[in-house]
Amino acid sequence: MELVTRLARSATAIAGPLLFVEGVRAARLGEMVWIRLGASQRRRGQVIELSETHAVIQVLEDTQGIRPARAEVAFTGRVATLPVARQMLGRTFNGIGEPLDGLPPVIPEAVLSITGSAINIVRRERPSEFIETGVSAIDGLNTLVRGQKLPIFSGAGLPAHALAAQIVRAARVRTGEPFAVVFAAIGIPFREADYYLHAFEGSGAQERTVVFLNLADDPTIERLMTPRCALTTAEFLAFTHGMHVLVVLTDMTNYCEALREVALAREEIPGRRGYPGYMYTDLASLYERAGRIRGRAGSVTQLPILSMPDDDITHPIPDLTGYITEGQIVLSRALEQKRLFPPIDVLPSLSRLMNLGIGAERTREDHRAVADQLYACYARGRDVRRMVAIVGEAGLGDEERAFLAFADRFETEFIAQGDERRSIEETLAIGWRLLGAFPSEALTRIGRALIERYRPQGDNDGTGALHADGAARHPGAPAGGAEGGRAAPKQA
Amino acid sequence: MGDGMAGAEPMTGSIVRISGPTVVAQGLDGVALNEVVRVGHDGLLGEVIRIRGGQATLQVYEETAGLMLGEPVEATGEPLGVELGPGLLGQVVDGIERPLEALAARSGDFIVRGVVHPALDRQRRWRFVPRVDPGDQLEGGAVVGVVQETASVVHRILVPPGMSGRVRQVTPGEATVTDPIVVFEDGRTLSMLQRWPVRQRRPFLRRLTPERPFLTGQRVLDVFFPIAAGGTAIIPGGFGTGKTVLEQTLAKFAAADVIVYVGCGERGNEMTDVLAEFPRLKDPRTGAPLMDRTVLVVNTSNMPVAAREASIYTGITLAEYFRDMSYQVALMVDSTSRWAEALREISARLSEMPGEEGYPTYLATRLGQFYERGGRVVPLSGDGEGAVTVTGAVSPPGGDFSEPVTQASLRVAGALWALTTDLAHRRHFPAIDWTQSFTLYADRLAAWFEREVSEEWAALRQEAMRLLERERELQEIVQLVGLEAVQDQERIVLEAARLLREGFLRQNAFHDVDAACLPAKALAMLRTILHFARRAAASIEAGAPLRAILAAGLDERLLRLGEVPAERMDAAGAALVAEIDDTLARVKGH
Repeated sequence: MELVTRLARSATAIAGPLLFVEGVRAARLGEMVWIRLGASQRRRGQVIELSETHAVIQVLEDTQGIRPARAEVAFTGRVATLPVARQMLGRTFNGIGEPLDGLPPVIPEAVLSITGSAINIVRRERPSEFIETGVSAIDGLNTLVRGQKLPIFSGAGLPAHALAAQIVRAARVRTGEPFAVVFAAIGIPFREADYYLHAFEGSGAQERTVVFLNLADDPTIERLMTPRCALTTAEFLAFTHGMHVLVVLTDMTNYCEALREVALAREEIPGRRGYPGYMYTDLASLYERAGRIRGRAGSVTQLPILSMPDDDITHPIPDLTGYITEGQIVLSRALEQKRLFPPIDVLPSLSRLMNLGIGAERTREDHRAVADQLYACYARGRDVRRMVAIVGEAGLGDEERAFLAFADRFETEFIAQGDERRSIEETLAIGWRLLGAFPSEALTRIGRALIERYRPQGDNDGTGALHADGAARHPGAPAGGAEGGRAAPKQA
Repeated sequence: MGDGMAGAEPMTGSIVRISGPTVVAQGLDGVALNEVVRVGHDGLLGEVIRIRGGQATLQVYEETAGLMLGEPVEATGEPLGVELGPGLLGQVVDGIERPLEALAARSGDFIVRGVVHPALDRQRRWRFVPRVDPGDQLEGGAVVGVVQETASVVHRILVPPGMSGRVRQVTPGEATVTDPIVVFEDGRTLSMLQRWPVRQRRPFLRRLTPERPFLTGQRVLDVFFPIAAGGTAIIPGGFGTGKTVLEQTLAKFAAADVIVYVGCGERGNEMTDVLAEFPRLKDPRTGAPLMDRTVLVVNTSNMPVAAREASIYTGITLAEYFRDMSYQVALMVDSTSRWAEALREISARLSEMPGEEGYPTYLATRLGQFYERGGRVVPLSGDGEGAVTVTGAVSPPGGDFSEPVTQASLRVAGALWALTTDLAHRRHFPAIDWTQSFTLYADRLAAWFEREVSEEWAALRQEAMRLLERERELQEIVQLVGLEAVQDQERIVLEAARLLREGFLRQNAFHDVDAACLPAKALAMLRTILHFARRAAASIEAGAPLRAILAAGLDERLLRLGEVPAERMDAAGAALVAEIDDTLARVKGH
């Protein structure tokens, strides 16, 4: 129980989530307070502005029923902190870090400010370890690496949760290194949170998971604390206990709305769509808490999920997020309507750290070139598809038909994979198989040597006999290479 | 203003209001605007940004959580300034020039508050070689001697602007930055360390007309949208269009003596990338590690917003300082939008009346003042010339260029290098949109290119631009009627334009050879591709079937020209031209 040092009974006004208290001298910016309403009720708050006349307190819980004249404000003397411990693994907490699972509070190994501090960039380690998610559209084209922050841009009704659960499951199994998941539910409905919890349970990841739950009917302003608690825990597990931590934050759109609510209650000048002008800085204070530190074993990888209002990628929430994060995975309603899973639209998707995580020693030497070539062909195919909508297929040349067919196959064979988990070798083999529709000379994004080494033999001339040969000639090609060879005859 | 304060008790006031990074203090009578203050018991660094009725408003460069009313504020008597002298190159400093390596050594992996550390190492000794003798009369800006700072850069030690006198004594040899190296007859001394207030431009003798190009190593820029040394270009683009990769590519391959790279409100991991790569990469001109000619000013997005506002001024002051040594300096700012947002945030805390989209009304003025600090000049020393070339990335919300920061920047910039999402999605990099981009320097630079590269420069450039323009018109038709309905004469134009786009405009920043391209190689590539365009069109006129030309396999060779090393380019180009003639002649023969 913290020591309560000072009390104030001078609250004069309440506006939305804000409580104004007069004549407070000895308070700190960011200090946590208790607002007592009669004998049994109390609510949490935080000082967000101080002046000689009054202090502004942001009430983290519901403000309904608070009578300023009767409220008693107790200043705790400390800024927002979270007790952290390795024991938190397997436990469930509310949005501000109190146990929800009926078990006693954790015995803290440390008590940390949830604001965190910026990692000194000269101490940052360059993220370069490939995380095999088992999803072709990510592993093959938008590779995730440890220490990266890669958000999923979703939309109402799109299956971001299923994709995120699949990534969590896959990221767990690869190596024997200590691994943990920190999951922050930010204003999502119970149904969705429940889906994740079951998914973790099913995959055996539960005892490696720390859960922070702020559900849709929990206090809105508390959502400002939830991702900070999650990241503070993640940093502790990563940099003190050397674990590789994957942080899932969902849904960041709800976080931004809470931010807007407070800003407007403070009568700040609103920016685009009413969101505060400092939303970029505020989001950065969360997203930048990912990475690796030189000389320390662990890593913090972030997988934030956000809903693009009306699927609009230029909306301030996805827009500012995309400016901070190291890429984005964009889900597409068109692919979802074709019942393809995962419905990832690879054209606007991007992983900025991909080049660091792929290549000869990490995945395979042809990875970059194959990805570039697939992108180029698919982009061209999509152009043709748009043209077909106007002129019809009759107006197409042979080359255009080939690209059109490629785009369709690319979506159904490469992107779509259902529940299947693919190794990177399998992903690349499918890529080569699809590129088999084009003559070698057309593959200008791939060097000749790579074409000779990796292109499945006989792809374009229909002689199946060379396949086994093709795989055997490259001792470097991992077992998956044979998969591609076997798969090729289907279309030959 | 510093001199008047010397010896006086430091003035102390107290905090009366705290709101985010903005703090109001009372009792600082006589404090000056832009004076540096130490805030609270932790001594957080801050700057006075408004004085009204006995109260001073301060912007604090460090996290303010935990501050209390009544905590002391101490005035320092100095405006926000930077230290200048040997030891800057290869450094990584934050927005207010604190050396990040030294901070890490003192306080560990995370940045903690209230730590002050001088930018320049006080212990390190440099070998000072004088260029003046006792009895010499020196004016501000004169070179008193040199220090070999890194393998590739000689640091010229300058008399600070505004100072002058006759030399009594010069001390050559090993010295720290604070040791006196020159004593004037009136007893004043000069050391290698100087200070300069960041918000004030450094003086020079006179401006020069921009007439030499700033060569970037990027074909699309150097050939189509070149800028002059001392010029300015802005690089707007939505997220994922490659602003940072382009700025970093410029920092690697641009022809400059010194690079100042300002990471303003951007990602930490990206800067780590630069830190990992630059010491390994070689400066294409000197062969020394790139880091030897580079200063990094880094204020990532999660570092305090007020220091982000200051970071671009810190950057340009460092750039001006090297310019005054008669160097060609390039300043990269990534991104100016984050600076503008910091300005907006501070303005909002001051309750100023907002202009467009909440930005303060003086946004355009400040941007103009900033970009105007670039330029090609004769420095105070009168010795040769120096230049600061500025390239500023802009991050328009939603990729919409009509927003205030892009528009205000456009009014002052000499070139627009517009990045588009469409090209980026196709993985066409650099994703520079050739229809939207422009340069105001092309006419002035034409003479240089014709003299130094080739007389064909302007003509080939024109021809290539016309080809791209023609493609755009034809594309509109194709979108309506389909490719099959287009005549062969037009289809060959589309094919030639594709080769130009993919073989010339596109450049692979990750390919050892293709990453940087000298203008002579660029022109040889252009000549070869346009030769194909002309000859193929002529073949079609003469009745050759389009299919045969497309099947001749020339396109693959043309698309891979970028991978040919510069020294083999002339030969390779000539060989390919001969092959084109030969092949097309045979096609015609069918």
